[in-house]
Amino acid sequence: MRNVVLFALMAALFVLTGVTQSWNTSLSILNMAVISAIMAMGVNLQWGYAGLFNIGVMGFVALGGLGVVLTASAPNAEAWNAGGWRIVGGLVLGLAALALLIQAWRRLTGRVRTLAMLLIAAIGFVAFRAVFDGGVAAVEAINPSVTGNIGGLGLPVLLAWPVGGLLAAAAAWAIGRTALGLRSDYLAIATLGIAEIVLSVMRNEDWLARGVKNVIGLPRPVPYEVNLQRDPGFVAWAQGYGFDPVTASSIVVKLCYLGLFGMVLAAIVLLSELALNSPWGRMMRAIRDNEVAAGAMGKNVTRRHLQIFVIGSAVIGIAGAMMTTLDSQLTPGTYQPLRFTFLVWVMVIVGGSGNNWGAVLGGFLIWWLWVMVEPIGAGILGAITANLPEGSWLRVHLQDGVAHMRLLTMGVILLLVLRFSPRGLIPERRGR
Amino acid sequence: MDILNALVAFANFVFIPAVAYGAQLALGALGVTLIYGILRFSNFAHGDTMAFGTTLTILITALMQGAGISFGPLPTALLALPFAIVLTGIVLVGTDRAVYRFYRKQRAAPVILTMVSLGVMFIMNGVVRFIIGVEDVTFADGERFVIGAREFRDATGLAEGLAIRTTQVITLVVAAIAVALLFWFLNRTRTGKSMRAFSDNEDLALLSGINPERVVQVTWLIVAALATTAGVLYGLDKSFKAFTYFQLLLPIFASAVVGGLGNPLGAIAGGFVIAFSEVGVTYAWKKVATYVLPESLAPDGLAQLLSTDYKFAVSFAILILVLLFMPTGLFKGKSV
Amino acid sequence: MAEPFLIGENMIGGYGSANILHGCTIAVEKGQIAVIVGPNGAGKSTAMKAVFGMLKLRGGHVRLDGEEITSLSPQDRVAKGMAFVPQTNNIFASMTVEENLEMGAFLRRDDIRPTRDMIYDLFPILREKRRQPAGELSGGQRQQVAVGRALMTQPKVLMLDEPTAGVSPIVMDELFDRIIEVARTGISILMVEQNARQALMIADRGYVLVQGANRFTGTGDELMADPEVRRTFLGG
Repeated sequence: MRNVVLFALMAALFVLTGVTQSWNTSLSILNMAVISAIMAMGVNLQWGYAGLFNIGVMGFVALGGLGVVLTASAPNAEAWNAGGWRIVGGLVLGLAALALLIQAWRRLTGRVRTLAMLLIAAIGFVAFRAVFDGGVAAVEAINPSVTGNIGGLGLPVLLAWPVGGLLAAAAAWAIGRTALGLRSDYLAIATLGIAEIVLSVMRNEDWLARGVKNVIGLPRPVPYEVNLQRDPGFVAWAQGYGFDPVTASSIVVKLCYLGLFGMVLAAIVLLSELALNSPWGRMMRAIRDNEVAAGAMGKNVTRRHLQIFVIGSAVIGIAGAMMTTLDSQLTPGTYQPLRFTFLVWVMVIVGGSGNNWGAVLGGFLIWWLWVMVEPIGAGILGAITANLPEGSWLRVHLQDGVAHMRLLTMGVILLLVLRFSPRGLIPERRGR
Repeated sequence: MDILNALVAFANFVFIPAVAYGAQLALGALGVTLIYGILRFSNFAHGDTMAFGTTLTILITALMQGAGISFGPLPTALLALPFAIVLTGIVLVGTDRAVYRFYRKQRAAPVILTMVSLGVMFIMNGVVRFIIGVEDVTFADGERFVIGAREFRDATGLAEGLAIRTTQVITLVVAAIAVALLFWFLNRTRTGKSMRAFSDNEDLALLSGINPERVVQVTWLIVAALATTAGVLYGLDKSFKAFTYFQLLLPIFASAVVGGLGNPLGAIAGGFVIAFSEVGVTYAWKKVATYVLPESLAPDGLAQLLSTDYKFAVSFAILILVLLFMPTGLFKGKSV
Repeated sequence: MAEPFLIGENMIGGYGSANILHGCTIAVEKGQIAVIVGPNGAGKSTAMKAVFGMLKLRGGHVRLDGEEITSLSPQDRVAKGMAFVPQTNNIFASMTVEENLEMGAFLRRDDIRPTRDMIYDLFPILREKRRQPAGELSGGQRQQVAVGRALMTQPKVLMLDEPTAGVSPIVMDELFDRIIEVARTGISILMVEQNARQALMIADRGYVLVQGANRFTGTGDELMADPEVRRTFLGG
């Protein structure tokens, strides 16, 4: 009952935004809120179900975005002919060297091992760079102001969502293999690091997704506003209801997105709920609550952790791909850990860790707040500074500071919830 | 072959910058490692604590400059530093009272405290940005160089110049003083020893009548001093930017883990390991190589192992290697 | 009979909801040695912890020198003159022997050197190794550090939780000798022991606990002589 009320209140907030500001604003907040809710569910799988502390959410979101570029953007045959295959060859060489290194570590011992590993590393690195660098230079030289990258596969953009999930899952597997099984803080530090590295790769490897030059104009799964406005049938339909065709087109597009996102959200909620109440879910929670006992009962704790870590990251990756699709562009320069990692954490904690509905509610509520804190804060500060003389130093400074109120608010909310309601708005159901 | 010029180039572009950066990381890692040893959690707010302390220093420096106070050839910020340390200390102790103490009394799991530190991080980040904005701030004044590149070339007749910036010397001197003070405090004073005892065996420390609240308070004060000093030195040497300080978290944690979390000596060693690896891997060695190698062997490219954009990857790679092969770090830290 | 120096009377309590102690009474006179023995799981260590305040009692009282201390925290009891040596983790492993002793005297503001010298006289090996980290010492030496640390508070009562666990028989005998010496200086000693026979031999008073209650009580010699005690607990 309480949950229904909470969700109803949440819906009321969006309606209120629609009425007082505009339905367009409300819907764009709502679309991102759905994506945020999915991200929050991914984190909730890891933290709420298994107690894994992942603060590299941003990296998995970005990988999802990369998935969109690699799947859906136009193929660039010229680039592939010029150096694409060479890049692939370089990467394969690099991976081979890495595999050889691992074999050397496993098979050899003593001084021979050290020597062999040093040799493999040195030769492997030089070979990798020799092949790879040439390919990169060739690809990036092709029409750098428009492409200069290897392009994508030109497949439908919806296909990019699972691909984004897969990319994130692969990265999660690699990091999980190394850092899971150590103390929880280490996973945190490792994920923090991998997120920074994913982002620096995406910012600097122009051949891949144009780096900070951004990939724009990614294909959309829904109609374009311009096309709708040109469609006489649509214009007549909109005017028949007394809507302005321009506004109507943008609302319809957003509703289309909302429908798609809603389906994904529903599917993930359904699957997560089924998983939570399955024997697998119970085992996960058993492991979370008492790792030692679960280990003693013959459960392979690290393996289970790896499993859920990969699944959770995949969900985050899917959300990242959806976000890039919604924006129709990939802009690695705008990914910020505070926005993509820690905000998602606030959503999970506030919503109620361990409860999927909680994560969803947290996603909606915190995203709405995140967007609205700025106008609200501006209003409050405007009232405070109204009596200060026009152009006074303090007034200008306070008004500039509004932009940073968000972080402060989120921090305060996180601390208050952790302190006074650590189980969140919709607490985990226990004892089943 | 020109060993001398190669050495000078090496010193100028690798050794001196890495030593200065290493000292800054070491001070940062000491703060992280102390919190870990005494309060037993990874403090993700540390980067922003450094940013906060530095922000205060910049403000006080500006006030001092406004009042016509200067430190001669040295940066005014050094005069402002003690005041900023005191203020940061008050803020940290206050934060502990308002936030962390509650969880300590509950004996909450470390991961909860770590998460709480995320909240503190958010707030500090917001406060810093509110006070000073998100732009780069340069606040070093006084003499820029102890030795300029041209003076050095004129004096020695070598082709390579060696520049030593005032801020680099200051970094080393201040860091050395800070570390000496810290170790004197930990090893020679009653309170310092009680901190070590508390870190070593909390239950026994309680049985010996050591007051945990006092230990924690003193720890925060020391952390405030270390973090502010580290932040100011880094800011003097490079520049201050809120986001950069947040990003320093990764190399700082890497340093602390590499050295062995909870072990102060390890934090210092770790800082230099990370700094030298980072600078060494991202430096374009072409210049040094052309002096040492015969012309036929001279590299065509920059001989740069990784672009500077990937410096985080270096800390990260070292971190992963250490976690995999010696989880307690170079110097024995707390167990995994 | 006058009230004993330290007494835990009719103590009831346990961890969580189940009680481990069911009204057991433990007491020690000034300058005497009291030993708690009994089978595994009898609540020996729990009884000791209850006397020291590390366990919240649901019933019963603890009095030290006639003063009611039932509600005091362990730290406050330290200040009242009680000292406790836990069974494990009872030293500061990363600190030198001397620093361990110093930490033991943390609450004292007077000159601690006489006490320290006394402890060095009692455990000469500690003087020799005073600059070594305590964690590098052998098992028996660590126990000496642990006892030494506790004595630095100049306690009136010294409580030892299985001081001879995991040390060799020779070292055990030596430790017991030292404990007797400590008792001679007027310090009351309350200890839990696995090695019941040897411990009862030095005990002025022995308590045999079974399932959290007193089964047999008497002087060490009496208990040693009691055929029932011998048969059930001392192996014949």
